[in-house]
Amino acid sequence: MKHLLWRSLDYFLLATLALLFLAPILMMLVGSLKPDQRVLVEAGSLVAFIPHQASLQNYADVFARSDFLRFLLNSLLITGAIVTTGLLVNSLAAYAFARLQWRGRDLLFNLVLALMILPLEGIAVPLFYQVALLGLRDTYTAQILPFIANAFAIYLFYSFFIGLPRELEEAARLDGASTLRTFFSIIVPNSKPVFASVAILTFLMWWGSYLWPLMVTIGPAVRPLPVAIASFYTLPPLQWGDILAFGVMMVSPVLLIFLLFQRWFVRGVVATAIKG
Amino acid sequence: MSGFRDQTPIALLMAAPALLGLALFVLVPFLLALTLAFTNLRLGSPLPLEFVGLEQFRRLFTDPAFLHALANNLLFAVVVVPLQTTLALGLALLLNRGLQGTVLFRTLFFMPVVFPMSLVAVVWVLIYAPGPDGMLNAFLDQLSFGHWQPRDFLRDREWALPAIMLVSIWQGAGFQMVILLAGLQAIPSELYEAAALDGAGPWQRFRHITLPQLRNPLIFVMLITTILAFRLFDQVQIMTRGGPDNATTTVMYETVQALFKRQEVARASAMTVVFFLLVLAVTLLQRRLLKQERELS
Repeated sequence: MKHLLWRSLDYFLLATLALLFLAPILMMLVGSLKPDQRVLVEAGSLVAFIPHQASLQNYADVFARSDFLRFLLNSLLITGAIVTTGLLVNSLAAYAFARLQWRGRDLLFNLVLALMILPLEGIAVPLFYQVALLGLRDTYTAQILPFIANAFAIYLFYSFFIGLPRELEEAARLDGASTLRTFFSIIVPNSKPVFASVAILTFLMWWGSYLWPLMVTIGPAVRPLPVAIASFYTLPPLQWGDILAFGVMMVSPVLLIFLLFQRWFVRGVVATAIKG
Repeated sequence: MSGFRDQTPIALLMAAPALLGLALFVLVPFLLALTLAFTNLRLGSPLPLEFVGLEQFRRLFTDPAFLHALANNLLFAVVVVPLQTTLALGLALLLNRGLQGTVLFRTLFFMPVVFPMSLVAVVWVLIYAPGPDGMLNAFLDQLSFGHWQPRDFLRDREWALPAIMLVSIWQGAGFQMVILLAGLQAIPSELYEAAALDGAGPWQRFRHITLPQLRNPLIFVMLITTILAFRLFDQVQIMTRGGPDNATTTVMYETVQALFKRQEVARASAMTVVFFLLVLAVTLLQRRLLKQERELS
């Protein structure tokens, strides 16, 4: 009996907390379907969570009032380029550090580890100065190139490669395969978890990145979604339904990937903690 | 077996792209910040570029806005780190009790983590809407049976910073929770069984098994959250622009202001150096704490 009471209390607590966590998301989704002028008025009552008079008008308005598709493509291009080239560049370097014998290896690896503690905010100002001097403001290059090489990604790959059994490579080497060939045909296929973790973490980080694109973009041409929604929100007239519709469309790709590959998200996040 | 082979050429080839990128876009900027912080560089300024020693730092630490910013970052860390960690630990403990639907609840609590902060900030502006019809105002009114005085959270000197703290906790707690949950699941159940045989109650088990076993994940999530507190920018830029009266300004916000409002590259670089020293201090503290742990065990 006592046991049952505790269980019910657990569920009650969980459900209450879940509702509190979910409320902003639910409000966003429901609000995006309502006429603009109803959103703010109904926010103070439970009607905020009930989609009456639902229509997709706000979604149509977003496309009419802003260049949403362009921002979406910008985000996809920037994030996609950082993730894919980053996977290649950082895993190659990590493999050289983890498995090859070469002069200067330990020194350079320690340097990479030291750079890991520098977040973007610690270099944003001088990096902006560099970009401005090179005349690269308002370009894709300025939003992609500086972030491909990533010390933390190298470290995650390194920790994974160092734990792979040596026998994997020995067989390939006996067959006379080159180092690069061994890497691509033996190591990569055996390292899917770490590639997934790094891809997801990098994607999550750059899809939501706001500070850097705010600094380097000038007009809407190469602007990604996070900067675009902030400026859409300040675009008069203030229409909350449109803003929320913009938000729903902006988050749905990530949300979809998250719900499909949830296990990998969690694993990726946990990997950073255990390795870090 | 060929024994030891010098693989320098191929290794350099493989590592070169990453090393070049890190050198050009992390190391060089970092050194550049360290140098520029001691100059008077300002874009478009007619003054000749010269070294001014610690002048930029002297000005920073006598500028009330910057001191306000620094204090806000510290206050943010002091409030948010314990609150968010406690909430995340609570959630993790609840999810670790073998209840039905644990995976679903974990998904719900983690969901805000995948939301871009700029979107979260915009949505919460609506939640914080002033007047009795504002979502949070109405909720607090219900909760207090009508005793709540509606506020304009984001334009209220007292409430603006706590409002930004709440947004950050909502968005970040799930991240911590997932890490702590993994930590909880890694605790050997024999420890609890032995303790139960010794007649230890739930609180004693939590105090003497769970907490010590969770030490490293706890240190990690607290470190990450502290550094996030120093990086605070997106929410402030979108929700309050540092206001009202500098109540929510932060080091990063002041840095961006110096750079874009006044083109003061040198001053912004000096702030970057201060930011870096804060992050370095927290990181060294973490290393120390983890090292102690290793020596103890």
